[in-house]
Amino acid sequence: MSHAAFPDAAALAQFVCHEARLIDEKRFDEWYELFSDDGCYWIPLTRGQPPQETFTSISREDKLLLKVRIERLRHPHAYSQQQPSFCQHVLQQPLVESIDAQHNLCVLRTPYLYVETQLDTQIVLSGVAWHHLRMQGDALRIVLKKVELLNCDAALPAIQLFP
Amino acid sequence: MSAPPDRMNLPRYRGQPQALRALVRPDSVHRNVYVDPEVFELEMEQLWRNTWIYVGHDSQVPNAGDYFSTRLGREPVILLRGADGEVRVLFNRCAHKGTRLVSAVHGRCEGGLLRCPYHGWTYRLDGTLRTVPLRAGYEATGFDNSEAAQGLRAVTAVNYRGFVFARPAPQGIGFEEFFGESLSSIDNMVERSPEGRLEVAGGVLRYLHDCNWKLFVENLNDAMHPMVAHESSAGTAKRLWDGQPPGAPVPMVIEQFTPFVNGYDFMDRMGLKIFDNGHSYTGVNFSIHSKYAQVGEYEKRMAAAYGEERAQRILGEARHNTVYYPSLTIKGAIQAIRVVRPLAVDRTLIESWTFRLAGAPDELLQRTATYTRLINSPTSVVGHDDLHCYRAIQEGLAAGGSEWVSLHRNYHGGEGVGLTGIYGATNEVSMRGQFRAWSRFMEAQPAPQPAEPPPPARPAPTPSR
Repeated sequence: MSHAAFPDAAALAQFVCHEARLIDEKRFDEWYELFSDDGCYWIPLTRGQPPQETFTSISREDKLLLKVRIERLRHPHAYSQQQPSFCQHVLQQPLVESIDAQHNLCVLRTPYLYVETQLDTQIVLSGVAWHHLRMQGDALRIVLKKVELLNCDAALPAIQLFP
Repeated sequence: MSAPPDRMNLPRYRGQPQALRALVRPDSVHRNVYVDPEVFELEMEQLWRNTWIYVGHDSQVPNAGDYFSTRLGREPVILLRGADGEVRVLFNRCAHKGTRLVSAVHGRCEGGLLRCPYHGWTYRLDGTLRTVPLRAGYEATGFDNSEAAQGLRAVTAVNYRGFVFARPAPQGIGFEEFFGESLSSIDNMVERSPEGRLEVAGGVLRYLHDCNWKLFVENLNDAMHPMVAHESSAGTAKRLWDGQPPGAPVPMVIEQFTPFVNGYDFMDRMGLKIFDNGHSYTGVNFSIHSKYAQVGEYEKRMAAAYGEERAQRILGEARHNTVYYPSLTIKGAIQAIRVVRPLAVDRTLIESWTFRLAGAPDELLQRTATYTRLINSPTSVVGHDDLHCYRAIQEGLAAGGSEWVSLHRNYHGGEGVGLTGIYGATNEVSMRGQFRAWSRFMEAQPAPQPAEPPPPARPAPTPSR
């Protein structure tokens, strides 16, 4: 399948910022569309965790599970969201780690803080996002968004949106 | 109206067994069992010391000197593999000044010794004191007869097929008497391995619940909540999958999510088995785990190990949640357990551990890891609504009007004698049974009656001075 070349580093970084913004603004349908059909949103449970699914993850969502999560947030009986949660990603400059035109894969690394709030309760998480991107036609798509939480091994409270 | 200031801090339950007993009625419990900090303190001192608390699995400490540190109620302990291969539970407290000896969750004792990070006292792996720096300073001080000289205190512990339980109180109910026939759920989980052995694998999810620990435990055998609380998550998964043509391969996540919204009839017919001392399991006849796809290679290995008939019997058990009151719940059919670690009256840590069935294909462990992620992770959409309800109870109970929590569902007066038996799974008898155990073990336990007359007393030692 033919596809355009990767855009420059500034445009790639902008894509990552846009992706975070869509979550923060709860534009989840648009966010969902950023993922390729085989896309995956992954929060490992341990540092340096291998990709095998024989290890538990904090989150590991294919598009079906992302859809379930997004649809549930809108469900009138999503009781834990009766009082809705909001979140904000505060990103450090996304940097291009590698571009592999031959395999149509580009990787960006973005350290960030994530704040999630629900009325009087606020949690702050720190993490590094690894965006594995691919060109699909002339659009960038997320093949993998891997979120390495700094305190992935901590006893964590409920995380209801998308760090 | 609030209590007058001079009464506010007086103990209402400590040393007042009748007040404590009055919190539990056969058909309801007083809200203070969930919200009163003093009751929580007494739970830590009595219930969580007089009963058998889950410590960890012996596969977490495979070699001599390996340790796993955790807490039993309030007390820090070490699960430690000795030089003799035995697994012991020791209080994680230096005999000298009380320093916690090890701080890592998992580790290995350097040189086969535990060494205190403060003054360098060392202990052998059985807890006995080995060396004290400048020992001469203790000569003729009475130290040799002191508690400190005895080394690390061991907790009474039993390793049941890899699952290590401990009873922190020095006296009380025996292991077999406490768990009785409920151990058959652990048996089934272990026998699901073609080699009859489990290994902790896949990581541990640690999820903070800002609610009382009992709300979590009670929920595990509550078959009346899933279709309500999980409608938004499991119901959405079911709806998204409903459009698929019949025969389309069902993704594991759909297979695991959708049974949560089965109806009341299914849930009730699942069945509920009640044992003494607060233990119980749902899924006597079948469960939400019954219809998982079969893994041919695994079944072949099971048949080879146990014979066709016995293998079918082992795999035919699809118990849902077994509650080992108060500290552990297990899902044998999924090889996942949830360990309850109370932190405060309204704060509980839930640890979800998963197991590899020794000799089984990796696909089984993948199913286990997927399930525990979907249900037990802090990001779980199923868990969010459960936790929301626990928190809502924790806060709702502050409301005036009624101070009692109803456990009436299918209650009949005849429960006065014994509860053990099989019930419909929507019965609240599991909770009534838990509170019956709660009342019993909230009181100091009598010393066991010796089976034989004690040996004749030795002559009193001659006083040294």
